[in-house]
Amino acid sequence: MQAPTTTGAPNLNKTLGERRALRSAILSVGTWVVALIASIPLFSVLYMLLVKGGARLSTALFTDLPPAGFELGGGFGNAIVGTLVMVGIAALISIPIGILAATFLAELGPTSKLASITRFLAKVLTGFPSILAGVFVYAAVVLTMGGYSAIAGGIALSVLMLPTVILTAEEAMKMVPRKMKDAALGMGCTRAQTIWKVTLPTALPGILTGVILGIARVAGESAPLLFTALFSNYWLSSLREPTASLSILIYNFSSMPFDNQIELAWAASLVLVLIVLVFNVLSRLLGKPKA
Amino acid sequence: MASNPFASAAPADAITRPPSSGEYLSDRVFRSLTLVAAAIIIALVVYILWEIGGQAMPAIRDHHLSFLTTSAWDVQSERFGILPQIWGTLYSSLLALVSAGFFGLTVAIFLTQDFLPPKLAMVFRTIIEMLAAIPSVVFGLWGIFVVIPAIRPLADWLHEYLGWIPLFGTSLSGPGLAPATIVLAIMILPTVAAISQDALNLVPYRTKEAAYGMGATRWEAILKVMVPTAAGGILSAMVLGFGRALGETMALAMLIGNSNQISLSLFSPASTLAALLASSFPEAGRIEVQALMYAALVLLFITLVVNVIGTFILNLTQRRISGKS
Repeated sequence: MQAPTTTGAPNLNKTLGERRALRSAILSVGTWVVALIASIPLFSVLYMLLVKGGARLSTALFTDLPPAGFELGGGFGNAIVGTLVMVGIAALISIPIGILAATFLAELGPTSKLASITRFLAKVLTGFPSILAGVFVYAAVVLTMGGYSAIAGGIALSVLMLPTVILTAEEAMKMVPRKMKDAALGMGCTRAQTIWKVTLPTALPGILTGVILGIARVAGESAPLLFTALFSNYWLSSLREPTASLSILIYNFSSMPFDNQIELAWAASLVLVLIVLVFNVLSRLLGKPKA
Repeated sequence: MASNPFASAAPADAITRPPSSGEYLSDRVFRSLTLVAAAIIIALVVYILWEIGGQAMPAIRDHHLSFLTTSAWDVQSERFGILPQIWGTLYSSLLALVSAGFFGLTVAIFLTQDFLPPKLAMVFRTIIEMLAAIPSVVFGLWGIFVVIPAIRPLADWLHEYLGWIPLFGTSLSGPGLAPATIVLAIMILPTVAAISQDALNLVPYRTKEAAYGMGATRWEAILKVMVPTAAGGILSAMVLGFGRALGETMALAMLIGNSNQISLSLFSPASTLAALLASSFPEAGRIEVQALMYAALVLLFITLVVNVIGTFILNLTQRRISGKS
């Protein structure tokens, strides 16, 4: 055996003089540029919200009613209440149904035909255009109840919230270790007791993440409310009446030729984005795996 | 009443005991409830199709398929056609997909191929994900007061010097296809980037090591090994992003100008199916509502097909990759 010669060893260092290496370097720089450009919109939106919306921030925003045409001042207290009430109705509908359906998908019949169809449809529903939820609820609820209402708006939002709750709750329940469930069943628990006393409490943080994510998703929605809840310039007095919401207020005011309304639209945007972001951050904090 | 099959199976000295009749009964009830809840999802989808289809029936009977190929929207003479809206929906979504696809895939590569230390990559990922949290109306408002003024000088210049190209054939008068498409692209960017990242992360690390071991440069490894291996997932990211763009409503209703015309120009106002629904529905009479329901049915059909294809590809590729490794 001879000692290996060092003269024949390839040079593994690439210099920029080489065409392949140069091409790679140029593409890398390009990627940095593209990635930085892609982050501009978010900062631009946040900047505008803080500057334009922040300028109008005051307590009157939360206590006053929307101004008419040439009026100055005003606020959107009723729209904040309306948004919260309708999101609440949506949560009341979609959380129980969503968690029950997720229980079936994750625990009771994960491989059944019904489960695979439900799972597939839930995935398809996450891409369901939100305006069509409005059209559907208009036909199914508004026409039968005889008018626009907070209830109809809430139902429209629940259609959009349901798939998020189902899919994340299912994932959370699947993460519960098999042996914990087996231990409960081995002690003589029924399937329902196992789910109530072991699976659901263990999966709770994950399920909450899904629920809050669903809430964050629908809180900013406006298309499904356009012709289910409509809008109102007055405080919410009954769930069966047209109801104001922040997103519709922004939509209506954005096309008005008055500076006051435009300013209010920016302020409402700021409040709406803050509400959505709070829910988003909450879901992230809860969803963090406890190592 | 259901009888409890465990009642007689209890040995007297066991540390466990069989379920009591009450527990057995509540188990049955709970399990049926979950079954019903799962079935509700299927019933909901069927009900949506049936309800929108039923409401659209009179309009389908009146207009047949000519509804899809004519371009009038005249309430007085009850002539309705949605060709401009179908065109606008597909055209704006396609343009948005081209830009969001390029940016989204680049961002996904940027975040998964070791361009940034893990902590910074996490921060950047959050920035892109936060785009998805901004409500559509807020993007619309931002589009009106930031995007339109920002692109106006460029649009004027392009129209003046390159006006003979159909893309720049008209001048930008305010709302139009270009600002709408830009905002639309920003809105679907998180979807495309997130699903592409998942796809790239699924590629086993040894595949990349093998490419580097062969002497590939970073970009040879990315373009010739990583991206082709993740192609299925990236394709589904594009399809699902396209589906998202098709149904996007508020930002488009605020930015596209809602004009009933077909034009190749990026700067002319246009309309989409969703924008038509948003802008006409609240004030529509009975006959117009029927026509709008028909339009909603068309939108539902298009998005359902696109989403089913996207979900299907995603399921298929995920199963294939996880099955192999």
